[in-house]
Amino acid sequence: MSAYKDKDARINGIKDQIRVVPNFPKPGIMFQDITTLLLKPKEFKDTIDMFVERYKGKNISVVAGIEARGFIFGPPIALAIGAKFVPLRKPKKLPGKVISEEYILEYGRDCLEMHVGAVESAERALVVDDLIATGGTLCAAINLLERVGAEVVECACVIELPDLKGRERLNGKPLYVLVESH
Amino acid sequence: MFAAENGLRGDPRLQGISKAIRVVPDFPIPGIMFQDITTLLLDHKAFKDTVDIFVDRYRDMGISVVAGIEARGFVFGPSIALAIGAKFVPLRKPNKLPGEVISEAYVLEYGTDRLEMHVGAIEPGERALVIDDLVATGGTLSAAVRLLERMGAEVVECACVVGLPEVRVRLVVASSLLHLCKMALGLKLLLLLDKSSQFHITGTTQT
Repeated sequence: MSAYKDKDARINGIKDQIRVVPNFPKPGIMFQDITTLLLKPKEFKDTIDMFVERYKGKNISVVAGIEARGFIFGPPIALAIGAKFVPLRKPKKLPGKVISEEYILEYGRDCLEMHVGAVESAERALVVDDLIATGGTLCAAINLLERVGAEVVECACVIELPDLKGRERLNGKPLYVLVESH
Repeated sequence: MFAAENGLRGDPRLQGISKAIRVVPDFPIPGIMFQDITTLLLDHKAFKDTVDIFVDRYRDMGISVVAGIEARGFVFGPSIALAIGAKFVPLRKPNKLPGEVISEAYVLEYGTDRLEMHVGAIEPGERALVIDDLVATGGTLSAAVRLLERMGAEVVECACVVGLPEVRVRLVVASSLLHLCKMALGLKLLLLLDKSSQFHITGTTQT
């Protein structure tokens, strides 16, 4: 699902504030930079409000955010809907006992970690990141949560790159985005 | 500046916040007692109280910029920014920000690191807040303050959830003595100057 298709009046304002930076981090990539959105209090608030309106009252007790830009959007959503915030981090950042999920990159592998005990079995969870591209990182996040018995209700991102078909890599979990970029 | 010293002594919220923070021994290396705020984030009331205390303090101070230090500053900063109507500016490790950046070095126990900010994120004369989860040596916060001041902002305050009490703090600054005094006084630390470019600060802080 995307809010873009719902034609919410706030969407254009949000999309207009996202800056595209060519050739970052390497030639050929058109990088979707959300830091410019964060400089606009109204549009940043609209972004959070749209997610909160969707998830409030749905008995979601966990918002899991993917390091690092998921840490920007996840906590305000968690606070507004009454959920806990769980950071999903690169290896060796979390100090306590962790579970770890490996995922494939274009070249090589990476790993996402979550604290043991942060999420309990049968909790209803949301996964938040700024953007979905290939879906590899989101897939690892879903796996972490499901391994501890949580139910992933939805993945929520500000931006989707639909041409990379990340939506199909989410183990059948639904994806909600505000903006699509082709 | 500890919350207790700023009229919040007896605020019932502080106790709940403190209890929610977990101490993990010997992380990342033996001898360090790591202050883990992730357990605070699992406690909705305590997390909300944390943000509310900062918001109550800063909402009427004409602050237009909240700068958060990667990555745990990102967890607290945006909620504060949203509540007080300020922009949020992420201060990041090198090569993460995609646009043109300015960069500031700071000293670690072994070696140096750099903090970066996007050019154009803030304008001269803006009043800014710096947020991180914890202050230990103050090296990262000092670098953050320098970045903002280089772009002409006025840093009103640095705000952290945890300030380490009763530690031997070594503050190594590559900037002006005046700035150091401002930082040291702001952190209510005793300042002992030695003759090298390193400033050793020893003392207890009030809790």
